[in-house]
Amino acid sequence: MRKIIKPCGLHCIKINHLGVAFGEQEILRDINLHIHCGSLNAVIGRNGAGKSTLIRAVLGDIPHTGNIEFKDRENGRIQKMKIGYVPQSLNVEKQTPVSVYDMIAAYQSRVPVFFMRGKKIRRQIQEHLKIFEADYLIDKQVCNLSGGELQRVLLSMALMDSPNLLLLDEPVSGIDRNGMELFYKTIYELKESYDLAVILISHDLEYVRRYADKVVLLEGTILKQGSVKEVFGSTEFAQVFQKEEEEN
Amino acid sequence: MEWFSWLHYDFMKYAFLAILIITPLFGLMGTMVVNRKMAFFSDALGHSALTGIAVGVVLGVSNTNVSMAVFAVIFALLLNQISSRVAASTDTVISVFSSFSIAIGLAILSKGGNFSRYSSILVGDILSITPEEIWYLAVIFAITLFFWTLCFNKLLAVSLNRTLARSCHIPAAWMENLFAVLTALIVMVSIKWVGILIINALLILPAAASRNMSANMREYHFFSIVFSVFSGILGLVISYYVNVATGPAIVILASMIYFITYWWGRRYNI
Repeated sequence: MRKIIKPCGLHCIKINHLGVAFGEQEILRDINLHIHCGSLNAVIGRNGAGKSTLIRAVLGDIPHTGNIEFKDRENGRIQKMKIGYVPQSLNVEKQTPVSVYDMIAAYQSRVPVFFMRGKKIRRQIQEHLKIFEADYLIDKQVCNLSGGELQRVLLSMALMDSPNLLLLDEPVSGIDRNGMELFYKTIYELKESYDLAVILISHDLEYVRRYADKVVLLEGTILKQGSVKEVFGSTEFAQVFQKEEEEN
Repeated sequence: MEWFSWLHYDFMKYAFLAILIITPLFGLMGTMVVNRKMAFFSDALGHSALTGIAVGVVLGVSNTNVSMAVFAVIFALLLNQISSRVAASTDTVISVFSSFSIAIGLAILSKGGNFSRYSSILVGDILSITPEEIWYLAVIFAITLFFWTLCFNKLLAVSLNRTLARSCHIPAAWMENLFAVLTALIVMVSIKWVGILIINALLILPAAASRNMSANMREYHFFSIVFSVFSGILGLVISYYVNVATGPAIVILASMIYFITYWWGRRYNI
């Protein structure tokens, strides 16, 4: 993978008192997070703990209380934060006539994809796909990609705007163990080589243990956050995942 | 020019012009209707035409086309809102509202045994179109092309993943509503010529056939429009010689194209 920028370690993203409610039902309350660039932050928790809601709130897809600050520690200036997002899945069924070019251009360009192919945007897309060795996929149909290929394409797309923060919803299906290993390695290299912070929603504790810099245990609110050791060794962690095992 | 003898009549000329405008329009819109799995939505929209006329009759509106269009736009927005809020599955919700609205329409229009006055709208009659009405079609065609060029990318982005689209600052709800309103207007402007019973087929079939053999959005649009225009013109000519209603002739051709492309797609593993 090509290296573009070394992380400077000077940016940080602060999420202050974030809360989300749908009508009467409170999904998230008082979430406080402090995230540095160049760090891989894993959010773990049971199903329904509000992990995906957290991502949607940070993206501005659903209304939330509290605020999100993006700070440049060098001059303390607050600027607009750019967020890259890698969703867990896409709404594509078999036979959907959407090529990788169509998909990325739809999000990133104004050149109408139903009518023509923009040379400039095509070149840009190809360059970004190359980062993840996925440039040969550009004319393939999105519905025919394997789980791993789709992840690489989505990652390339998320990086096109040079985001400060990368939000990832870890894929739960369609990827085998090798693919998962590769996925985590890629994310790890990414945060090492780019000037960005990563928030990863994870369902696999083993990978979190090996790759995350910081772990956030979520259950409506943050039960525990800190290094892998701190969180995995905590009583809160034991309670949440013991309960889950019992339910299973 | 024996081949084009059917064009000697004015009504055939107008019908031909109308088809040259309606079919590419339907081919274009159909691609997104099929992609977004809105076949049922557009069907309900077609049926709401009756209610629109009924509302016009009750309110004493002289031009029921206006009440029909206004009602369809409101109905489309309402369906969009409700299906995004209500927990029940979208097709159930649409079905409930569609049945309710069509029942109201039928009840009002059939009062005093007068429904036969309106039954022509069920099948449609493209041969009765006037030059002025062709202009209406041309205007909506221009609006659609403009909208499509400007907003298609965003619509596609929203249909692939709404949250991802929002993260790229695409106004998802606006796009969805604009698309619904445009579909409603197109259906209403053309329903008198195509007929309630088959308008949805015209919207769905060319795009569905094109999907069988396309690998990207350019092919998808190209084939959808070609299939739509082809079955439109050929359907008109056949209906002239065989003396059947034009709408059904077009739909039969479009269905045959669908079956052929389905077979072709399976055979060549698209």
